[in-house]
Amino acid sequence: MKIGTPKETFEGEARVAMTPESATQLQKLGHDCVIETGAGAMAGFDDAAYKAAGVEVVKTAAALFKAADVVAKVRPPSDTEVKRLREGQTLISFFNPAGNADLMDAAAKKGATVIAMDMVPRISRAQKMDALSSMANIAGYRAVIEAGNNFGRFFTGQITAAGKVPPAKVLVVGAGVAGLAAIGTSTSLGAITYAFDVRPEVAEQVESMGAEFVYLDFEEEQADGSASGGYASVSSPEFREAQLAKFRELAPEVDIVITTALIPNREAPELWTEDMVKAMKPGSVIVDLAAEKGGNCKLTVMDEKIVTENGVTIIGYTDFPSRMSAQASTLYSTNIRHMMTDLTPEKDGVINHNMEDDVIRGATITHAGDVTFPPPPPKIAAIAAAPKKQPVKELTAEEKRSQEVAAFKAQTKSQVTLLAIGGALLLLVGLVAPASFMQHFIVFVLAVFVGFQVIWGVAHSLHTPLMAVTNAISSIIILGALMQIGSGSFLVILLAAVSVFMCGINIFGGFLVTRRMLAMFQKS
Amino acid sequence: MDFGFTTAAYVVAAVLFILSLGGLSGQESAKRAVWYGIAGMALAVLATLIGPGAGYWLLSIILIAGGGAIGYQLATRVQMTQMPELVAAMHSLVGLAAVFVGFIAHFEVGRVADYIAAGGDPYALGTFAGLIAKKTTVEINILRVELFLGVFIGAVTFTGSVIAYGKLAGRVDSAAKKLPGGHMLNASAAALSLICLIWYFNTGGFFPLFLMTLAALFIGYHLIMGIGGADMPVVVSMLNSYSGWAAAAIGFSLGNDLLIVVGALVGSSGAILSYIMCKAMNRSFVSVILGGFGGPAGEQMAVEGEQIAIEADGVAQALNEADSVIIIPGYGMAVAQAQQGVAELVRKLRAQGKNVRFAIHPVAGRLPGHMNVLLAEAKVPYDIVMEMDEINDDFPNTDVAIVIGSNDIVNPAAQDDPNSPIAGMPVLECWKAKTVFVSKRGQGTGYSGIENPLFYKENTRMFYGDAKASLEKLLPLID
Repeated sequence: MKIGTPKETFEGEARVAMTPESATQLQKLGHDCVIETGAGAMAGFDDAAYKAAGVEVVKTAAALFKAADVVAKVRPPSDTEVKRLREGQTLISFFNPAGNADLMDAAAKKGATVIAMDMVPRISRAQKMDALSSMANIAGYRAVIEAGNNFGRFFTGQITAAGKVPPAKVLVVGAGVAGLAAIGTSTSLGAITYAFDVRPEVAEQVESMGAEFVYLDFEEEQADGSASGGYASVSSPEFREAQLAKFRELAPEVDIVITTALIPNREAPELWTEDMVKAMKPGSVIVDLAAEKGGNCKLTVMDEKIVTENGVTIIGYTDFPSRMSAQASTLYSTNIRHMMTDLTPEKDGVINHNMEDDVIRGATITHAGDVTFPPPPPKIAAIAAAPKKQPVKELTAEEKRSQEVAAFKAQTKSQVTLLAIGGALLLLVGLVAPASFMQHFIVFVLAVFVGFQVIWGVAHSLHTPLMAVTNAISSIIILGALMQIGSGSFLVILLAAVSVFMCGINIFGGFLVTRRMLAMFQKS
Repeated sequence: MDFGFTTAAYVVAAVLFILSLGGLSGQESAKRAVWYGIAGMALAVLATLIGPGAGYWLLSIILIAGGGAIGYQLATRVQMTQMPELVAAMHSLVGLAAVFVGFIAHFEVGRVADYIAAGGDPYALGTFAGLIAKKTTVEINILRVELFLGVFIGAVTFTGSVIAYGKLAGRVDSAAKKLPGGHMLNASAAALSLICLIWYFNTGGFFPLFLMTLAALFIGYHLIMGIGGADMPVVVSMLNSYSGWAAAAIGFSLGNDLLIVVGALVGSSGAILSYIMCKAMNRSFVSVILGGFGGPAGEQMAVEGEQIAIEADGVAQALNEADSVIIIPGYGMAVAQAQQGVAELVRKLRAQGKNVRFAIHPVAGRLPGHMNVLLAEAKVPYDIVMEMDEINDDFPNTDVAIVIGSNDIVNPAAQDDPNSPIAGMPVLECWKAKTVFVSKRGQGTGYSGIENPLFYKENTRMFYGDAKASLEKLLPLID
């Protein structure tokens, strides 16, 4: 099959869907590659580099669409591009099918197969072709760089001969892929970074990136992201209030705010209100990564940079990945290449469009003349739901106290009962038995008592040595044999002698083996 | 020599024995404690030799020395995996000694009675006989009961320990076996012993005593034959306890307080160990002694899923990536002699800065504390060897749990399935770790014959093969 990439037609778009590197990899799958002249120029890849990688360069977009069986590009196709599609041809690009229904219908009518890179399901297996994530990563990084560009101070704190510089304080709202990338960039530049997200489970990820998670004083449990494929969902009004109150508290302190809060298929929620902007220090910067969906800050103007009356810069660019076209092209073309790998399972240059495959099915929006969007839910949940924690009933101090008292009473009761029974039994024995027996009996009872007290304290790990040592000392029975050996007949002497002999084995064996075992227990 | 000296020496020896047992509360103090025990024993023997036992003391010393030489050989040669057998064998010696000493006491009683009847002077008799001669008729009767008990317990301990030894050493089939008639046989033997007691109490003849000894020997044999291999920790502790009680009973009949004290200490120690073991299996002492697991209380939950096997490189990869690892050893590790390999694995993993620990279930192995001793032998530091209660809450934060040769003690059915025969038994919750590797010889069930749902869990991988061979394959792959 021939895979072709045209020059992007969208105004200002600098990315390209194929790099010389990805072309080499695609050729290994058995495909041929073709590219429109100048397609990679803005990303730093000239025609010569493509030629060197064995890519055919054609003069016009029309020629490219004619030559290629698979067209890979970045932006959703323009009307002209859709018209150029033909039956059996495959188009791979971002598409936003939910917002581009007409275009999708048009493509379906043409009989072309369209794979939307923004529809790749969020499952582990598909991460390598998750272009949204790879682009979001770039956006997060670039947002911090863009903010730094417009921020008149250092990120990191310094003590210099010319005076002390306080570190910048950065707040990242929304800890998705872009948010986490922004957090990582910001902390590595040395800023004090705070981060917030409505999904409580990301606190750990935030902290692992070196930022401080902003917790709310809020009781209600937030839905974690597992039900919505890892994305945030809409929060309750009460939660929103608590969240805004927290932001209001932070607004005067922070120098840079980066908002990345998006909810799938909705307007971006307003999180940074006008009064918060007013409360910020002059020279502060807001980067609104949600500008395309209306912005997390209502003052944001899409694709523009504005400065408010109180000197706060608000950046509403939507083309952050394109601003880093070389990096973005490399990552995006790799995503495309992985998609092609899945489409070419035999590595023989023949595309097998397997609609049973969760990933391919999910990303395909038109196939064989039909619109196949929206896809059925994938068979595997993206993220396992965290088990609900059993609410542990908090006992009040009084309840605890009363429980303790009850336990103590029960214990006392059983102890007293035992003592009473034991005492009564002893007395009974005392009534019948002669004094000489009682003398020994008391010793016996006391010894049992001491034994119970002492043995409970023995460490579990030393139970084997305990058995060996008790074995050795139970050979104390040798005393009986020793006492008897001197008196009486031959039979007595014989039995006593055998007993002494056996006990001798036991005593030495028991103690020695105990010592051997104990010597082995070593501390690290 | 005066009796006062002997008594004083006995008191000191008793204190030393108590300190010796008490010192076992910690690994470091235990090393000192064993010397207390040795000193106590030396003192007691010495005091007896120069005190009341002043008969053939040269012969006595030679005999002790001879026995000691054998004991020394045994203690230095025994493999740590053979500890259960050694302990059981030693119990049998104590039991047999108790039987003999009881017999002697019986002969002496008879001889002294004849002697006095013949008009002899009771004060002219030897040490032990002299002691008996001064007793009244009531005291003689009590003495008979005492020595009868001593012989009975001693005989049960003797055959019981011999069988336990045979089972542990693999010379007797370790499965639970009963003669036809089952517990009725035991009960009738016990009843026979009781009749003999009354008979003996009234006549003082040797025959009932001898008959009872035979019955007791049978009880010991048949009782332990009926108990399976995995219940051995309880059996061995129980026999330990019996040997103590036998010594105490003999102490009563000889009027020797030290024997009584030590017998009581050992007896209670064994009783507590048995209790701890039973608690750890959530079974009552009686049900263990009567042998075998009870039938299931109802329909057991069906186990769904399949056992997924894994090879050494997969295990190695997971271990190389893990930060925290918990190893759960069981009897299978002892059987395969894999403790050195396990220790080597731990050393390698710890050298990479990983948090590696052991989780020991109280009934793991065939002897209380068996696993601890094996790991100590392989030079695993004891401070990373944890008890079940210490470590059970840490499994959810653990990357990899490795189960080596244990089965029932990691069976989640004990918690999930109220109809399981082991329901309610405390188990190590290893399935809460991110990944569980089970090193196991094949797909069979454990001793109890209960399916283990752990093996079918999604995060469980079965690493089939002999534990030692598996570890040898695994070790070179750990970098």
